[in-house]
Amino acid sequence: MDGIPGVIQTIPLNYYIFFSTALFVIGIVGVMVRRNALIIFMSVELMLNAVNLLLTAFSAYRSDPAGQVFVFFIMAVAAAEVSVGLAIIVMIYRNNRSVDVGILNRLKW
Amino acid sequence: MVDSSQYALLCALIPLIPLIGFAINGLGFRRISKGLAGAIGSLAAILSFGLSLYLFNAFLDNGSNPIRVELFNWIGVGTLQIPFAFLIDQLSLIMLLIITGVGSLIHIYSIGYMKHDEGFGKFFAFLNLFLFSMLLLVMGSNYPMMFIGWEGVGLCSYLLIGFWNKNTNYNNAARKAFIMNRIGDLGFLLGIFLIFFTLGSVEYTEVFPKAADTFAVDETTVIAITLLLFVGAMGKSAQIPLYTWLPDAMAGPTPVSALIHAATMVTAGIYMVVRSNVLYTLAPTTLAVVAVIGLATALLAATIGILQNDIKKVLAYSTVSQLGYMFLGLGVAAYSSAMFHVMTHAFFKALLFLGAGSVIHAMSDEQDIRKMGGLRKYLPVTFVTFLIATIAISGIPPFAGFFSKDEILMHVFEHSPLMWGLAVIGSMMTSFYMFRLLFLTFFGTFRGTKEQHHHLHESPATMTLPLIVLAVLSAVGGFIGLPQLFGGGNRLGTFMNPLFDLSRQVRPESFNETHLSHATEYLLMGVSTGAALLALVVALVMYVSRKAVPVSEGTRLSPVQNLVYNKYYVDELYNAIIVKPLMVIGDFLYSVFEFLVIDLIVNGVGKAVKALSGVFRRFQSGAIGFYIFAMVIGIVVILLLNLRSFIL
Repeated sequence: MDGIPGVIQTIPLNYYIFFSTALFVIGIVGVMVRRNALIIFMSVELMLNAVNLLLTAFSAYRSDPAGQVFVFFIMAVAAAEVSVGLAIIVMIYRNNRSVDVGILNRLKW
Repeated sequence: MVDSSQYALLCALIPLIPLIGFAINGLGFRRISKGLAGAIGSLAAILSFGLSLYLFNAFLDNGSNPIRVELFNWIGVGTLQIPFAFLIDQLSLIMLLIITGVGSLIHIYSIGYMKHDEGFGKFFAFLNLFLFSMLLLVMGSNYPMMFIGWEGVGLCSYLLIGFWNKNTNYNNAARKAFIMNRIGDLGFLLGIFLIFFTLGSVEYTEVFPKAADTFAVDETTVIAITLLLFVGAMGKSAQIPLYTWLPDAMAGPTPVSALIHAATMVTAGIYMVVRSNVLYTLAPTTLAVVAVIGLATALLAATIGILQNDIKKVLAYSTVSQLGYMFLGLGVAAYSSAMFHVMTHAFFKALLFLGAGSVIHAMSDEQDIRKMGGLRKYLPVTFVTFLIATIAISGIPPFAGFFSKDEILMHVFEHSPLMWGLAVIGSMMTSFYMFRLLFLTFFGTFRGTKEQHHHLHESPATMTLPLIVLAVLSAVGGFIGLPQLFGGGNRLGTFMNPLFDLSRQVRPESFNETHLSHATEYLLMGVSTGAALLALVVALVMYVSRKAVPVSEGTRLSPVQNLVYNKYYVDELYNAIIVKPLMVIGDFLYSVFEFLVIDLIVNGVGKAVKALSGVFRRFQSGAIGFYIFAMVIGIVVILLLNLRSFIL
């Protein structure tokens, strides 16, 4: 029982799966039911992190560092994505004086 | 001495220079001035001629061995390897010199003739393109290369016949020429396929030895190949049944008629048969067909020529008739004689057409000989040169046409005296209609309008100079093939001899040395010359002494005259049995098939897509929540599909 993989392995793998699934579903539901663009954005981040958690857990159980390396990449890309996404939301706010996605229904036939 | 890389450059440059001329004039004809366009076009032809002469000398220095120059590999598919290569031997050199030599003269002539035409630059561009294609045709070292040239000259012929494209009749003539040529081309192409299929190559140097080994004399395959190739020759060289396009092709400017429809392109068929002489020698049956068709064409066209009143139409039928003689010569395996006639014919027929052009130029575009007469005084140079050409084509010694025609006639006599008799009758008719043309045009009194009379003038030097050069060639050109009888030793025949070595091997009996006694030869020459002179006298009596003028349009003719005057109604016949049925089928397809199949199916598909998209586009509501919902449902469905083995 040494090192971080050892610590992670003190909890059974199934728990990680249940927890990640719960986080992911919360994210989905958040995206689907909320209308505030910021909250939707946070829910997307929640989904991303659910996946990250699962990747780390599998990586530790399989003693394969590739999963954790992958997580770093996801985090870096997510950070970039956040900056773009937030900029978009700022622009939406400037144009509409609101971040309610219900107003944004102009992208249609 | 010239080494092989220089040969490659030389061979590449000969067709390349006209192509460059075409590119310059063709791209810039709106901006290049007339003087410059004419100079570029003519210079390209002359340079090409100079290089051909140089190549000819190099060839002789080199001991007259065939030169093969491979530029690059053009097509390589499986066992089919077609290099882009040139073969320079006696045959291609003779054709090269004729094409570039006569071509240069006609280019120079065109500077004067086309001076007042708006499409001057375009004209020279097309002429250069024609030269390029024709050179490719005769220089190529395999059948596909001959075929590109073959198609190229067909295209140029089409473009130049319809050069004055604002006239619907001219466009129809151009289309007719193109379509008739395509029919012939199909035969030619099938012949090439059959050659590849049976011999596995299309390269001359491989095909001919292989054919000599593979085929027995008169084997069905070789008969099929040669007949198919001959169909191509029929189209290009205007033989029965595909000859009707050539008289109509006179719609083009006169220099075009001289260059393409008299001197060079129409002899492509003869070139092709001479090139494939091994195959033809292996198929005596085909040779018999060639001879009969040649003779029939010669006679038919000559009879039509007698009653034509358009100066260019007479010459056109005369061309068809002379081509018939060449094929008659080929049909009796007198290949070098046919080539000799190709050469002399190029001189005097180009001269006749250019002379006719000079007359038409002076007459302000009048082509009807009934409205001419007495032009001798106004166009002295044209008259003298035209006279020389007429004597040459009529076969009166010692001018060029006599020797070449006589050589053919002699070989025909050895083959069959009956054919010889018919051919002499044909040559008598030739002499008659040519002198009729000469007398009606240049003798008697002027029958045109006052205005035309006032306008009559000799053509400028750019036009008369080529006339004079060609007249000299028409007068003395025959001596290059002076028969042994006159101590000449037939230099042209000897020069071309190596071409027929293989043919001589496969069927020696068709190349037996002449077994006619000198007395017989003299007799044959005497008869044909006498016949030509007799026709001359008849024409002289009819059109000079009695001053007969062909009746004008609308006068009732006797049934026979009517039949001949209307060209035996061959055009009408083709119209009735080929064009009309095609039109009917086309109309049927247009009104029934088009409506039922095209409209129903194609439009139906279009309408169905439109209707469906009208329904589906409503899903794109713009509400983001709905999109996300659809996405999640989609992901869940995909997940379930992939994990169904866990769940079920």
